[in-house]
Amino acid sequence: MDAGGGSLVTILYLFCFEDGILGAFFAFGHLCDDKDILGTNCIPKNRAFPIHVLTFSLLRAYNGAHMKDIIIIGAGAIGAFLARNLSKYELNVLVIEKENDVGDATSMANSAIVHSGYDPVPGTNKARFNVEGNKLFPKICEELDVEFEQCGSLTVATEPKQLEMLKELARRGELNGVPTKLLTPEEVKALEPNITPEVQGALLCPTAGIVNPFTLVAHAFENALDNGVELALGTTVTAIRHENGHYQVQTDKGTFEAKVVINAAGVAADHIASLVEEIDWSIQPRKGEYYVLDHYAPGLVNHVLFPLPSEKGKGILVTMTTAGNYLVGPSSEFVDDKDDHSTDLPTLANVRAQATNMVPKIPFREQIRTFAGLRATPSTHDFIIGPSKSHEDFINVAGIESPGLVSSPAIGEYVVEHLVRPLLDLKPKKSYNPCVKKYVTLSRLSEEQKKEVIAKNPHYGEMICNCEKVSLGEIEDVLSRSLPTLTIKAIKKRTRAGFGKCQGGFCQPKVLFLLAKHLGVSPLEVLYDRSGSEILDKEAK
Amino acid sequence: METRDLVIIGGGSAGMAAAVAAYDKGIRDILILERTEFLGGILNQCIHNGFGLTHFKEELTGPEFLTRFVKQVQERGIEYKLHTNVVAVTKDKKVSYVNAKDGAITLQAKAIVMAAGCYERNAGAIGIPGERPAGVITAGQAQLYLNEYGYLVGKKVFILGSGDIGLIMARRMTLEGAKVLGVAELMPYSNGLNRNIQQCLIDFNIPLYLSHTVSKIIGKGKLEAIEISQVDEKFRPIPGTEKRFDVDTLLLSIGLIPNNDLLDKAGVAKSSTRGASVDEHMQSINAPGIFSCGNVLHVHDLVDYVVAEGAVAGEAAASYLQGTLKESEGPCLETVAGEGIGYVVPSRINLANAGENVELKFRVRKPSKNVYVTYSLNGQVLKKTLKPAIIPSEMEIARLPRNLLGEEGGTLTVSLLAKEEN
Repeated sequence: MDAGGGSLVTILYLFCFEDGILGAFFAFGHLCDDKDILGTNCIPKNRAFPIHVLTFSLLRAYNGAHMKDIIIIGAGAIGAFLARNLSKYELNVLVIEKENDVGDATSMANSAIVHSGYDPVPGTNKARFNVEGNKLFPKICEELDVEFEQCGSLTVATEPKQLEMLKELARRGELNGVPTKLLTPEEVKALEPNITPEVQGALLCPTAGIVNPFTLVAHAFENALDNGVELALGTTVTAIRHENGHYQVQTDKGTFEAKVVINAAGVAADHIASLVEEIDWSIQPRKGEYYVLDHYAPGLVNHVLFPLPSEKGKGILVTMTTAGNYLVGPSSEFVDDKDDHSTDLPTLANVRAQATNMVPKIPFREQIRTFAGLRATPSTHDFIIGPSKSHEDFINVAGIESPGLVSSPAIGEYVVEHLVRPLLDLKPKKSYNPCVKKYVTLSRLSEEQKKEVIAKNPHYGEMICNCEKVSLGEIEDVLSRSLPTLTIKAIKKRTRAGFGKCQGGFCQPKVLFLLAKHLGVSPLEVLYDRSGSEILDKEAK
Repeated sequence: METRDLVIIGGGSAGMAAAVAAYDKGIRDILILERTEFLGGILNQCIHNGFGLTHFKEELTGPEFLTRFVKQVQERGIEYKLHTNVVAVTKDKKVSYVNAKDGAITLQAKAIVMAAGCYERNAGAIGIPGERPAGVITAGQAQLYLNEYGYLVGKKVFILGSGDIGLIMARRMTLEGAKVLGVAELMPYSNGLNRNIQQCLIDFNIPLYLSHTVSKIIGKGKLEAIEISQVDEKFRPIPGTEKRFDVDTLLLSIGLIPNNDLLDKAGVAKSSTRGASVDEHMQSINAPGIFSCGNVLHVHDLVDYVVAEGAVAGEAAASYLQGTLKESEGPCLETVAGEGIGYVVPSRINLANAGENVELKFRVRKPSKNVYVTYSLNGQVLKKTLKPAIIPSEMEIARLPRNLLGEEGGTLTVSLLAKEEN
């Protein structure tokens, strides 16, 4: 054991004060001798798999023996598709994420739209990657087992003067290579019976769609981890140093080293970039607030409905989600705090007013949640994708606001093939498998299929979440995957348990105790999401 | 496909009462489907007392009350399946369920009693402004953690809403060592039973802020503080009236909503309570043979009323199965919630089937003193009753003699009338 071993133990011990769940494991590690920590016999047999993944990635990094080829900072949609595309090659890749789950910021709180690409200004990164990304979605969602529906979008004119703007958008679509069709008011009404009687026409974009943004990011990471990528959750980057031709990425959990760094840090991307050099761009978070309605009945809307921008404000859309809910929003407001996810009454009232302008009879009494997400709006007005000014091996993928989700697979591919390839030897990995193991989603199965899966594993017949009909088997499946599922919210995002009208009122305790058992921690230590977000305070008298 | 005479969805107090009543009227082929691991529903977590004063003429805890019904179910040999989740119901009475043992099954029921209870309105449903940290939790969920699992959710607690579960939890958490800093109620009056205001708040010196709401949730990962504000007559927070409380827990006791998804998705008509629209026999007005009772129909304040309604539904289902409940579309009275009335159950009175008395259940919109409750048939007042005091948190039950209601049909309106105007 080299001298570094002793300090390793110290670092890990500090870690245990900072993070409840992980702490239990690392405290255990502290009791073992150095040799055991770096071996496998220190890990109890009944220990959960996700902790191993996290632990090994950290241990190897700390050990210093494994210089990473690439470190990706940020585990959102961009980080996910960077990681997945890099996992095709023989590379050591580590993803560092400050939250306790992947896809836990902008990628989880957005409209979940796979935009067609008619809207971005032709010639921009937004236009290019949107259109390319849109084309990749059917295959990617098949490989990653992600819910995706190409339901099409309608951009709706409610005033006669907007018809000219629709035509302009159609022309823009043509320049971007996106098929569109102008519809008469009658055609719109036939497609969307709940549209306002004031409708003057609409632009139909058949290639637009909706996706499950939670599983898109999670399954892309699962696939990347299956193919050898490592992930350190709950780890905040504090400094980056460039020395001897490589990078030292300092974090609150220790220092990691890599030849190439990719900055995919979302709203914090300007901060991360400025750790390396002075930058002449910035990211200002732009908040969007939404309503979520229950999946009370199908057919409120059948497409993604966008308004045209007008003096009444920017676009508040009305759409269904892949789970059959409806989303109404988002507002658009610049904020200073990069961690401001608050909603407020006047903004939501305005969202509501604008949405009912397009769809008058939105049943807001079916509201089950409101939320806010932050767009990573760049000062440059376009996606910032490229090497930093002074270092070709420090790549910024920043300012990925809308249409970021749809663009993410194309951006991932571009960065790897065009920006990383000149820097590193990209040797294809023979064992690379682009697919995740198929998931069982009980609520989507026929009765015969349900019978079959329950006969094989009775836990699929034991319902945990009543609102969304999520079974024990589905939750156990998620917990058994390579991607760590460390929090109640992570389970919610992967399985939908707790997403329904009771918002976890009945199922959260079951999920909490399952997670405690799985992670081998006390129920008191189980987190809802971030560090400090424990649900339970103490045992009763 | 297997056929069953009577399938009861939900093995709580309403479902068990319905099963027992149907059995006692001669139905033998009964199946109760219960999603949890116990019969008894929400009473399992209601370990406080106050149950059964009307039905058993004594004061019981929730588990004591439910045990008596479980015993009645078991004595009769009524079949029930636990850990069984009903995933779909159709208007022609097919019931699909899953469990670990049977897998996924669809049954053809000849009659259904829907008794699936209710769920709590939560932060998402009312969109409380601010962040969404851990520590904002419904009172019933906190009760579940405490009474069924033995864990307390916080040390410093504020409660939004003066519903009974919130009041009960104010006392319960105080006794467990938590500090309850106050209760905010949007309305200018309390929404809980008077006895709970006295026993759970006043006795523990917990302040009740009427005409107040939580205007901000503060905290990123975990709740750090809340802000409450006084509200105006339109329930909007009044700027400048904010008060901050540093708490780690905000309990919500802001109402219960019938868990009527299954019938709703089947296309069964629903009423303003969000439960099914039913007739005087608790039978759906557009789905013959589907009956509803208990909190899935409308939210009750006392379990004694729930079991009484369950018995009506169970007996009616038996009559339906035995062919004594007419299906004919004869003249009907549609009930109307008039001035000052929140809702009326049933939605319709089928005059051909109505018995000697017709029972109407309703709630007033706000507390009133010295008012008449009037019952009008097609605009003509049939009856009026003077109420010295009437409050929304207490459900009213009125019985009207059938012979007052005529044979023509039309509307039956329940209204409040101030005494002075009379």
